[in-house]
Amino acid sequence: MRENLHRFFRAARGAGVHVSPAETIDAMRAVKQVGFSDRAILRDALLLTLAKSQDEKLALGDCFDLFFSQPEPPQDRPEADSNDDDTAQDADLSPSSDSSSEAGEGPPPEGLGPLAQMLLSQDRNAIQAAIATASGAASLSDIRYSTQRGIFSSRILDAMGLQRLRDDLDELTATNPSLAERLRDALDALREAVRDTVSQGLALYAREEAENLRNEILRNAPLARIERRQVAEMRALIRQIARRLRERYSKPRKRQRRGHLDVRRTLRRNAAWGGVPFLTAWKRKHRDRPKIVALCDVSGSVAQVSDFFLLLIHSLHEVVDDVRSFAFSSHLIEVSEILEKKSPEEAMAEIMSKVGFGSSDYGSSLVDFEHDFMSTLTPQTTVIVLGDARSNNLDPRADILRRISERSKRLVWLNPEGRLAWGFGDSEMPRYGTFCSVVRQCATAQQLERAVSDIVATYQ
Amino acid sequence: MAGQKASTSIEAVESGLAAQGYIASRQIATAVYLSQQIEKPILVEGPAGVGKTELAKAIAAWRGMKMIRLQCYEGLDEAKALYEWKYAKQLLYTQILKDKLGEVLGGAKTLHAALDQLHDFGDVFFSKEFVEPRPLLQALEQPGGCVLLIDEIDKSDAEFESLLLEILSDFQVTIPELGTVSAITPPTVILTSNSERDLGDALKRRCLHLHIGFPEQRLEERIVESRVPGISQTLRRQMVGFIHEIRSLDLKKLPSVSETIDWARVLVLLQATELDTEIVKDTLNVLLKYEADIEAAHPQITTFIAKAARSNVFG
Repeated sequence: MRENLHRFFRAARGAGVHVSPAETIDAMRAVKQVGFSDRAILRDALLLTLAKSQDEKLALGDCFDLFFSQPEPPQDRPEADSNDDDTAQDADLSPSSDSSSEAGEGPPPEGLGPLAQMLLSQDRNAIQAAIATASGAASLSDIRYSTQRGIFSSRILDAMGLQRLRDDLDELTATNPSLAERLRDALDALREAVRDTVSQGLALYAREEAENLRNEILRNAPLARIERRQVAEMRALIRQIARRLRERYSKPRKRQRRGHLDVRRTLRRNAAWGGVPFLTAWKRKHRDRPKIVALCDVSGSVAQVSDFFLLLIHSLHEVVDDVRSFAFSSHLIEVSEILEKKSPEEAMAEIMSKVGFGSSDYGSSLVDFEHDFMSTLTPQTTVIVLGDARSNNLDPRADILRRISERSKRLVWLNPEGRLAWGFGDSEMPRYGTFCSVVRQCATAQQLERAVSDIVATYQ
Repeated sequence: MAGQKASTSIEAVESGLAAQGYIASRQIATAVYLSQQIEKPILVEGPAGVGKTELAKAIAAWRGMKMIRLQCYEGLDEAKALYEWKYAKQLLYTQILKDKLGEVLGGAKTLHAALDQLHDFGDVFFSKEFVEPRPLLQALEQPGGCVLLIDEIDKSDAEFESLLLEILSDFQVTIPELGTVSAITPPTVILTSNSERDLGDALKRRCLHLHIGFPEQRLEERIVESRVPGISQTLRRQMVGFIHEIRSLDLKKLPSVSETIDWARVLVLLQATELDTEIVKDTLNVLLKYEADIEAAHPQITTFIAKAARSNVFG
């Protein structure tokens, strides 16, 4: 049973629950206390010791149900039970016929291999146990990809003694065709059972790997060209990134700064020595949280990137003090409120209906910004512009960008296009670039994460 | 065998807590049982007002132990949570003992001899006498064990969390001047959190993690029954059903168990026999704590009452 628990821990890790060795020890101790007899209590005990958040509890609960649904076939498959009854009758009949035939021509069952005997006697529990042992021997818990299903099935069958069974089958076909027929059917059923076991193993152990692989691909996929069905996954990934950034940067911003003595605290701390200042206390400085003003191009191909970028920026409440977002294509509007109040899908749809899909005009959008919102910029503000800087050969008004840059702490330009394309065609990137603190490419989720992470880090 | 024993013990926990007026779900009882058996703290998370703090009180009352409570807040530090030197007492004693000191050192001929003699008395002023134990140290010093409630741990700073680690895993603290103080009897530790911020993994790893959500309808009815005995059965069913309907709304703050109990008390005081639109409208401010929430719930009241009454008939 200990073996089973270890496999369960692996499966739990596969389900995305972080299970450390110390937690496995706790779980083992807890299980020792409650025993295995009551499944509900066992489930509660494992959930209490292993899962450390509500999400993990749900994932682990599912994992538990999947994992422990297999080993007890009698309760598990009612329809198999009814089959069992039939076959049990068969089995009841067959030994008698066997015993009668034994005297006659049929070969004695002792001549068969253990697997053949097991299959013929229809001992389901023994078969299940044999499958479990064999999957242990074939290290089923190492399965990673769905393409490995075939190889693991055959490994398990080999471990169970398929070779010997084949020999028996050949022999029987010659000597006792009817028994051979039954054995062949049983073998087919066995193959099916093994295939099921392997599929379940895949569901249990391979999830983590598959998810990592998928996320890895997704992280490096160009945001502008992802397919519609991947949008939801990408949103989930962006949320994950946001959580990571939050954890990294929402730590207390207090840090001691030597230089200014905190007289009150020093006196209090040194009361024990009659006020002689052995220990000194220094004044602390609270660090500013980032203030961000984001200008996002929502025309054509950049729209999708802007969507994810806005989602990311607006899920950073704990880290970022103040975000004001603006969207533009031919003219510019403020979208902060829409993004705060609505779900990401609705918000984006509304923004698109207001300013989206126009041909982009950076010049007039910058004019709009200077006219209405220049006062939002303070010396603590980081301005982020996200766009391809393709202004359809209209006046880029780089002078406004210079004034924005002068008023703010930093001006960061994120461009979804590759560096090679900058400056070609109607791209005004080099001209804008002179006024930016940083210009970087931002086409994938990974680049997006790095860009935002760097921006927030400058405030630490 | 172990399983048999365990399930009866868990039932014992359940009935023990019930005797103190705390109706625990199976999961809560299992957590309490396990924390006792494998000596681990319980970290209780959940929305405000579902009885996290109440659980600690019930355990203390049931086991007849003292409850020591440490309320966390931003800026809580060692001196307020663990121990502090009694500075005033130290100063006072040095003043009083000044003459004595002269006598003791009077015999010494040289400065070295005086210093040696002084060393013998050196630790007098940093001894247990002068330590003011704060909740955490108090909890370790209880000879009969106790229930230590560390309330709203998420409100404290991350540094304080690290301070707790030694206590939570080994039930001991280290005071530089005195050495390590181990618990006489390991206390039962309950930490509560409203998930205002994510706690560190190190802290979570040392605890059993229990999430208390809103109770099911049946359980909540039992809770109301034990807390507000004066309420009639029909009214109890109706009001709990009504609250469950309210929780399906998208509100800023959902009413939790403590609000249910308050409301039940109010209804008993107003001598209501069953829910009607008037009385719900008048007392809705007991359940909902934001003006916007009350406005959102207002148009639904009649439907909810009808639904609650209907489920009553079939349930």
